[in-house]
Amino acid sequence: MSTVEIQPAPLLEASRLEHLKMLEAESIFILREAAAEFAHPVMLYSIGKDSSVMLRLAQKAFYPGKIPFPLLHIDTSYKFPEMIEFRDWYARHVGAELIVHKNQKALDEGANPYDLGTQKCCGLLKTRSLLDGLAEGGFDAAFGGARRDEEKSRSKERVYSFRDSLGQWDPKNQRPELWNLYNGRHHKGESIRIFPLSNWTEFDVWLYIHAENIPIVPLYFSKEREAVVRGNSILLLQTGVHLLPGEKPQMIKCRMRSLGCVPCTGAIRSDADTVPKIIEEMISFRRSERENRVIDHDEEGSMELKKREGYF
Amino acid sequence: MATTPVEPTPQIQNAASKPVSAGTLLRFSTAGSVDDGKSTLIGRLLYDSQAVLEDQLASVKKSKINRAAGPIDFSLLTDGLRAEREQGITIDVAYRYFSTPRRKFIIADTPGHEQYTRNMATGSSTADASVVLVDATKGVLRQSRRHAYIAHLLGVQHIIAAVNKMDLVGFSQDVFERIVAEFQQFASQLGIRNVYAVPVSALEGDNVVRGSKRMPWFTGPTLLEHLENLRATGASLDAPLRFPVQYVIRPDATFRGFAGQVASGTLRAGQNVIALPSKVKTRVRSIIAFESEPLSAAPGDSVTVTLEDEIDISRGDMLVAEEQVPSAGTAFQAMLVWMHNEPLDPHKIYLLKHTARTVRARIHQIRYRVDVNTLDQLPAKKLDMNDIAAVDVKTTLPLFFDPYRLNRTTGSFIVIDPLTNVTVGAGIIERAIEEQPHTSQRRNSTKEERILRFGHPSGAVWLKGRPHVAELLERRLFDEGWHAQLAGPNDFLAHELVTVAKAYQLSGHITIFSPLDDGTDQKRVVRAIYGPDAFFAVKIDDDTDEEATERIMKVLRKWRDKQSDSQKGSS
Repeated sequence: MSTVEIQPAPLLEASRLEHLKMLEAESIFILREAAAEFAHPVMLYSIGKDSSVMLRLAQKAFYPGKIPFPLLHIDTSYKFPEMIEFRDWYARHVGAELIVHKNQKALDEGANPYDLGTQKCCGLLKTRSLLDGLAEGGFDAAFGGARRDEEKSRSKERVYSFRDSLGQWDPKNQRPELWNLYNGRHHKGESIRIFPLSNWTEFDVWLYIHAENIPIVPLYFSKEREAVVRGNSILLLQTGVHLLPGEKPQMIKCRMRSLGCVPCTGAIRSDADTVPKIIEEMISFRRSERENRVIDHDEEGSMELKKREGYF
Repeated sequence: MATTPVEPTPQIQNAASKPVSAGTLLRFSTAGSVDDGKSTLIGRLLYDSQAVLEDQLASVKKSKINRAAGPIDFSLLTDGLRAEREQGITIDVAYRYFSTPRRKFIIADTPGHEQYTRNMATGSSTADASVVLVDATKGVLRQSRRHAYIAHLLGVQHIIAAVNKMDLVGFSQDVFERIVAEFQQFASQLGIRNVYAVPVSALEGDNVVRGSKRMPWFTGPTLLEHLENLRATGASLDAPLRFPVQYVIRPDATFRGFAGQVASGTLRAGQNVIALPSKVKTRVRSIIAFESEPLSAAPGDSVTVTLEDEIDISRGDMLVAEEQVPSAGTAFQAMLVWMHNEPLDPHKIYLLKHTARTVRARIHQIRYRVDVNTLDQLPAKKLDMNDIAAVDVKTTLPLFFDPYRLNRTTGSFIVIDPLTNVTVGAGIIERAIEEQPHTSQRRNSTKEERILRFGHPSGAVWLKGRPHVAELLERRLFDEGWHAQLAGPNDFLAHELVTVAKAYQLSGHITIFSPLDDGTDQKRVVRAIYGPDAFFAVKIDDDTDEEATERIMKVLRKWRDKQSDSQKGSS
């Protein structure tokens, strides 16, 4: 379908947004609680829509003060150039301190997704790099934008998720979490991952972006892009993506539903070039947003395995 | 049994008739075991309300394990972790989300196995409603009673009995009525007033989202319709103001804002408030949200407050309504759910987190333990994992609290082990314990009062020739909450030792004497001061420092427990 008639969406009526206020207040509570109780918190900033929302919530939580912790971006160096551009602009715009961390050693030794495969590449350039970045900064708490509705193993994640001194998660040994009484106590070397957006769904995130007019990376909006169809994925032709024998580049009207690394994040065919159109599209859409990430589907339960190792 | 149509309790009709504005959030917990078909019910709710995404369904269909008879095993949608998939049980609380055109729902999906009471309590702590599953083929089991009790204890306002597997009892109205009568009877024993009972077949979808043609005798709303119409608990607007200060915002010298979430009542610009603990009266100058200044803030709103007067307020303080202040004190009665393998130790000093305040506390008395199956109140000396008990709590610094039934935020606390940092318990405050008025009867504190506070009488450990053990021991005792003091050879002159020993003996400390030289006479004198029951001369052994310390700790703990038991027996 090439033409989608956009109604003046009844979905976006004020009365339907009431639950967003409750979610917002809860997230702000969590951000303040952690900022008060931890010595060196940091916000994991991944440039995506969830990060944009989390950053706005942090602005609100400490207004009229500045955000009292830095942002940390784990740069695999395989991100879309538009993401990096947006990252630098938005951090400046918000007035937040931005730390960029790369696993330079692995990159120097030639780590890349083409030769290593996605599992190993992610292990080195994301998980390892994240753990190193946290250790280097001496951070005892890290905010992440993960939501419980994203994936099955995430549905059991606490708002305050304890990690041992190796950064690992033990799903069978989580601290009970009652009311809004979060327990952030930890020994030196241990840390807590904090998820202020735990109770948000992808739909809530988009409604909030719309309601608050929050800036997001233009890759989320549909336009004609040079791409190649590989298996079930549409890969944008950008730095580092090589054509396989027999593949031909084509112009496809598409957008990204979630943002990751160039070679491992597929686009979807879409005409949605505004936030309300994206929201309309979501309703007709019955695919979970992570489906276009190659990495989660390597084996059943692969997200849980990665999380145990320290992945967000 | 009569064949009159089932009247689901009248209260329900009232609840359902009140319109709920679209877009609000309702949190509900589900409790039940795998056999009740709880996961199947949730899977059905998600599926029928079209929240299940196509590709997730595809991966469920692909999966090798299929425990259900039907074409799709709905429980696989909800059981997240590998261990659970393999063992076929739900071992932790999982949160699920779905929306209907009416509102957003958050489900806390909690396991029903006996050892997981703590998870049920966790799921109930934030729930507005609780769906208790009853297996129509089995009737009201202990488990259903337990769920209802825990949900009620944790202040869940609406209890819904979903009588499941109606397909297996031929959709019989008689069976349903019998079960409902039994459930109502138990519920009314507990004082639960809002029970809604609905006959469902989770597997086949009857009365979950859509009505059932096979149960025309049931005319009430389906489970989802009922949930859509429930009022979320939320703190009442009329309740007195409670605003715990979470964070102080100070961008520059001119601005000082107190950030927090309104726990109850309405916060208004211009309103008089009292700051606790200082009890200073002041006035709200402004309420600040992001780039705006609303005139008022309702319960649940996260805002920042500025005050007319410059008073000293920090995290953990509370702004309250001047006409109705909360209890402020260090002693209260509470119901406690114990959540850890290591039993509650009434002598140990724990950390207690209450609103934005963390204090040291002892749970020094267990009034009774509740048998959650029979609701009997049983005497108990200790609490094990999943036990629920009425206890007395004494904190080192005052808390500002209300009874839990009046205020979920200012009436709840968690208990943290200060050594492992693990959350070991959760409690709800029932009432303040009046503290002894100090003014009416001015006298100094007694030995008994000191024992009650410290958790042990005074005692002496005589440890010659092992200075490292003496240090280790003092550290261990201190960390475990004892009042311990090291009297090393460099601390006092030899002739001062007797005076020092007498002073420490009176003060209630456990004192570790670590003398240099032989001093046989001194040992005898100190022993005489403490008496043979409270004097421990440690025999030098060739064990390591750690082993020696552990050996002494064991002796001391045993001694302490014996002392306090005899103390209780005599009182």
